[in-house]
Amino acid sequence: MTARSLLLSVEDVNKEFDGFKAISKLNFYLDQGELRVVIGPNGAGKSTFFDLLTGRTKPDTGTIEFGPRIDLTALNEYEINRLGIGRKFQTPSVYTDHTVFENLLLSLHGPRGVFAALFHRTTAAQRRRIDELLELIRLQDKRGLPAGQLAHGEKQWLEIGMLLAQDPQLLLVDEPAAGMTDEETHRTGELLISLAGKHSLIVVEHDMTFVRQIARQGKVTVLHQGSILCEGRFEEVQAHPRVREVYLGRGKSAA
Amino acid sequence: MIRSARSKWEPLAVGLAAFALLGVIPGLNLFAPAASFLHISDFTINLYGKYLSYAVLAISVDLLWGYTGLLSLGQCLFFSLGGYALGMYLMLMIGRLGQYHSDLPDFMVFLGYPRLPAHWVPFRHFWFAAAAVVWVPALVALVFGFLAFRSRIRGVYFSILTQALTYAATLMFFRNDFTFGGNNGLTDFKFILGHDLRLASTQRGLYVATALLLFATYGLCRWLTTTKLGMVQRAIRDRENRVLFSGYATAHFKLFIFMVSAVIAALAGALYVPQVGIINPSEMAPDKSLEAVVWVAVGGRGTLVGPVVGAIFVNALKSWATRAYPDLWTIILGTLFILVVLFLPGGLVSLPARLQAAWRRRSPTPPETPAAPLATADPASTSNPPPSALSAPAGNPGSP
Repeated sequence: MTARSLLLSVEDVNKEFDGFKAISKLNFYLDQGELRVVIGPNGAGKSTFFDLLTGRTKPDTGTIEFGPRIDLTALNEYEINRLGIGRKFQTPSVYTDHTVFENLLLSLHGPRGVFAALFHRTTAAQRRRIDELLELIRLQDKRGLPAGQLAHGEKQWLEIGMLLAQDPQLLLVDEPAAGMTDEETHRTGELLISLAGKHSLIVVEHDMTFVRQIARQGKVTVLHQGSILCEGRFEEVQAHPRVREVYLGRGKSAA
Repeated sequence: MIRSARSKWEPLAVGLAAFALLGVIPGLNLFAPAASFLHISDFTINLYGKYLSYAVLAISVDLLWGYTGLLSLGQCLFFSLGGYALGMYLMLMIGRLGQYHSDLPDFMVFLGYPRLPAHWVPFRHFWFAAAAVVWVPALVALVFGFLAFRSRIRGVYFSILTQALTYAATLMFFRNDFTFGGNNGLTDFKFILGHDLRLASTQRGLYVATALLLFATYGLCRWLTTTKLGMVQRAIRDRENRVLFSGYATAHFKLFIFMVSAVIAALAGALYVPQVGIINPSEMAPDKSLEAVVWVAVGGRGTLVGPVVGAIFVNALKSWATRAYPDLWTIILGTLFILVVLFLPGGLVSLPARLQAAWRRRSPTPPETPAAPLATADPASTSNPPPSALSAPAGNPGSP
């Protein structure tokens, strides 16, 4: 353990759906400011893992604690989000009928109640913050455009921007590079790297070039059949015989 | 794209409508000589009053369906509850002028009630009945909405439940021992606030009140949908999970809108009842609520003018068709609904923009028209699409 403090600890978590063990005996720890990449073949439990962290599903057994001993299993989606955990979905989830600007405005950190929304006035500071975000996600020129008219990659970026607007401590990012060109993917990687330190991130990804880019010297976690297969630096994980076996299929690990 | 349906012409259209509905129509009824072709008869005024209360009901349906994505198939329950609340007051205002010349309403004499049930007593006061028009539907919406939204009932399941709710209420109100007049309901009204309901002036007053309610409802919803709450509302419609995972308790927002919408429907019902002179359980039967959904679809969902246009158009059509082809009405209505869904998903209000787009495509315009309005980065225009964007999505009305 390093001197950095623990942000998230998942201990002995099990989750079963109709007899299918989606998550079994999962132990996962994340430090403050860390950027962790989670990889794993299809059905390894990556999405269920995010669902458990964000309150969408509850674990059958085990504990999930955030920051100074806050039990996440007792909270629902919006309560967990208000603690500072933001989630980007696998398929870009933006409000297609709203403009890019409105998408960010709706996501901006602030009161979330019905009456707060009813009497909301957008302040100059909020506009400035949205301008900053627009610049960061390179959508300044499209602020007035309905989000439904954005290209796929731009939607992904907008959703990352929406996540940042919430000013979260922890970002859960599900396949941010899906459907992006190589150049866009690279830029997304740079953005995520720049966020580490100030925020903590867990990134689920398939694209190995991208994983190598963002993992750098940090840890990569390999999920397999609902539990952790191995954890370590990208090169270590890549060289791990079990990982090769899982990814390439049995009997081919010798190759 | 639903947002584009709000055109720059809307304020002008609403202003003209206000002038016509609040000025011209009552004026022609009052001042034009009965022989003149300009004269609007008392019967017509009464009919228009009914249409306008339906228009208010349609807005309440659209506030849920078009703006929040909640297809309620039980909105007439709230309409009827408002109608019953005011109807109770109207029953008690009959006094001894009923068939049995009793202090009790006729149906209570007929059914052998010894005295007025306790919950009827305060309805002698207009203010109490008026308050009940608001709080009773609001309370029903609160309880039902709380249970439904807390249990995350969405989509078609929500629609089915609302239909079941209104059906259950219909069956309850049909019962004689439910103290609301059974299947005959409440009728034979004589006075409202001391005015004789059979007088043309009273009916004209009710018509004007309904028109005012319509414009007040329009104004309220216009404001509501432009607030951040309105933005959250549409965001829930388009992507509820994103809203939920952004820290909004979507159930609270839906509950709030559901209650507002219930109260709007109830106010419409309260003004409907003295104009048609009767309220009975068939008013809350599921098919009535379905019809209201058809008005909204025909007029244009996700707009505020659309439901009004749809309610008036379909009901005017109904008035004509039930006289000209009485057996065919439900077939006409069904065909209309299917045609609109297939060929005009934006409803009647999207017709001008579509025709305009079609006309532009046919006529050889100069080639230098920008393909998409990308470059408008003016912060002032962020809450509304740039004017040039209006025509672009109109050719692609794929707004589900």
